[in-house]
Amino acid sequence: MKADPAGVLTGVHYLDGDFACGEGAMAAGCRFVAGYPITPSTEVVERISRRFPLMGGTFIQMEDELGSMAAVVGASWTGTKSMTVTSGPGFSLMMENIGLAAMMETPCVVVNVQRGGPSTGLPTMVGQADMMQARWGSHGDYEVIALSPQSPQETFDLMINAFNLAEVYRVPVLVMMDECVGHMTEKVVIPPAEEIEIVPRTLTGQPPESYLPYKVDGKPVPEFARAGDGYRFHTTGLTHDERGYPVMSKECQEKCVSRLLDKVRRNVDNIVRLEEREVDGADVVVVAYGITARVARIGVELAKLQGAKVGFIRLITVWPFPDRRIRAVAEKVRAFVVPEINYGQMVLEVERCAAKAGADAVLVPHPGGGVHDPKRICEAILGAAK
Amino acid sequence: MSRTEIRITGFGGQGVVLSGFIIGRAVAVHAGKHATMMQSFGPEARGSACSATVAASDEEVLFPYIERPDIFVAMSADGYETYRDDLKEDGILIYERDLVHPVSKEGQRAFGVPSTRIAESLGRSIVQNIVMLGFFAAVTGIVPREAMRDAVRASVPAGTEELNLKAFDAGYAYFEQEYKGANPREEEETAAAAGPAAHA
Repeated sequence: MKADPAGVLTGVHYLDGDFACGEGAMAAGCRFVAGYPITPSTEVVERISRRFPLMGGTFIQMEDELGSMAAVVGASWTGTKSMTVTSGPGFSLMMENIGLAAMMETPCVVVNVQRGGPSTGLPTMVGQADMMQARWGSHGDYEVIALSPQSPQETFDLMINAFNLAEVYRVPVLVMMDECVGHMTEKVVIPPAEEIEIVPRTLTGQPPESYLPYKVDGKPVPEFARAGDGYRFHTTGLTHDERGYPVMSKECQEKCVSRLLDKVRRNVDNIVRLEEREVDGADVVVVAYGITARVARIGVELAKLQGAKVGFIRLITVWPFPDRRIRAVAEKVRAFVVPEINYGQMVLEVERCAAKAGADAVLVPHPGGGVHDPKRICEAILGAAK
Repeated sequence: MSRTEIRITGFGGQGVVLSGFIIGRAVAVHAGKHATMMQSFGPEARGSACSATVAASDEEVLFPYIERPDIFVAMSADGYETYRDDLKEDGILIYERDLVHPVSKEGQRAFGVPSTRIAESLGRSIVQNIVMLGFFAAVTGIVPREAMRDAVRASVPAGTEELNLKAFDAGYAYFEQEYKGANPREEEETAAAAGPAAHA
């Protein structure tokens, strides 16, 4: 299905990452946003709240982030594409209802424009320290999808992917931006609506009498019925059967939870997107994401000038982690170098995948509040190549 | 154009961020090159020092921040004092003549414009930053004049285009009148001689 032209601001623009995020959401068909203002993400909802009336969208400034995420889950069950936008402290408050969205299989998008943490940390300055929280922040076993853009243009593009993935897998999709990308202004090309491919909400063809909200029939996700269309059913955060009713048994738990995991785990290759450069023949491969990927490429070039054979992998999809690809590359390289604006998060995943092949995973940490000096990344590459 | 780093400073309310936005837009959208604009997100309230930076290049800009600008635009004395030591040894200083009194530095070229007074003579002091942009465009030639005018037209509030383009042209003309023959793009030596001393 093509995008609704009402939400697509076709043209060549000069936009910051936050505005590009808002435009991407509207182009993707998002028509409900609930949020609570927080630096450095507020510009996203400023943009949306100004433009939503032109396309029949609804923005609600909620009382807090708990309410915001709850409203997003509820709105999605009306069939409306829904999202919320926040930064670290708000992301923490959303965790309970992100788990609820995962359990109820509610398509939705959560944007986190990451700033320095922990707690209220550095409101106006960059961080990438919420990456593990994105994966493990809510309790229990569940899977999410998370994406990480490196520029305003890619933020626009990935917002469309995010909403589409949310529909296909019926999961919360987390867009892990960072303050640097959010507040940087660059050229953003927004294509005509007919060039933007949208996955619409697919509604069940079953009649209300025989509809079961969590019956899958071998498909990865169940069929969806909107609230208000005459389907009377139950959905809950409790472990549930095909009818959506709570069933407190280990058999039902296994069936319910394993499907939440498998619908993502069995489709990792369909979900994961990477950008690779010169990985074949490399001794060392740099793995990076978000703003750090751009800075790391300078480090890679500096190391190449000194004769190092360096490859580069950019994680566009950060969750699910591209285990299979990293394991395969690990067989052929001496080490991975992982710069990130935290004290070691995604490097743990790289380390896990590299261990069997005996490749090293070298962290280049950064406390937040700025980006790496590319020279430090170069030094780490040269050190790892020895 | 190899990577060119630009810093613009002034006090909040002078249109510092919009100036950076228009330069970036002119380079990236209207001249078909690459430009990344960043703005300071400190606790700058209206009236205190404020700053925006642009990294412009023929190639993709990977590193978004700037360290030592090639071009430094100072619209207030405070901003000038805060950032003046960062300007490259052979950098270009562009300043508001009535508000900034620069200390001349060997190797650096300086070009002043009374942008506030020119804006006032056009009837609206608020277009001071656009006068400055016209002057900036003439001094640096970083993008063709029309690309910069297009960026101004596309970036100012609807209904104010004419006034803003008039302001832009006034700033551009000021350079041509005051610094004729001193265009740093064409005559390096003459330009160097017409440095800060010429305006002392």
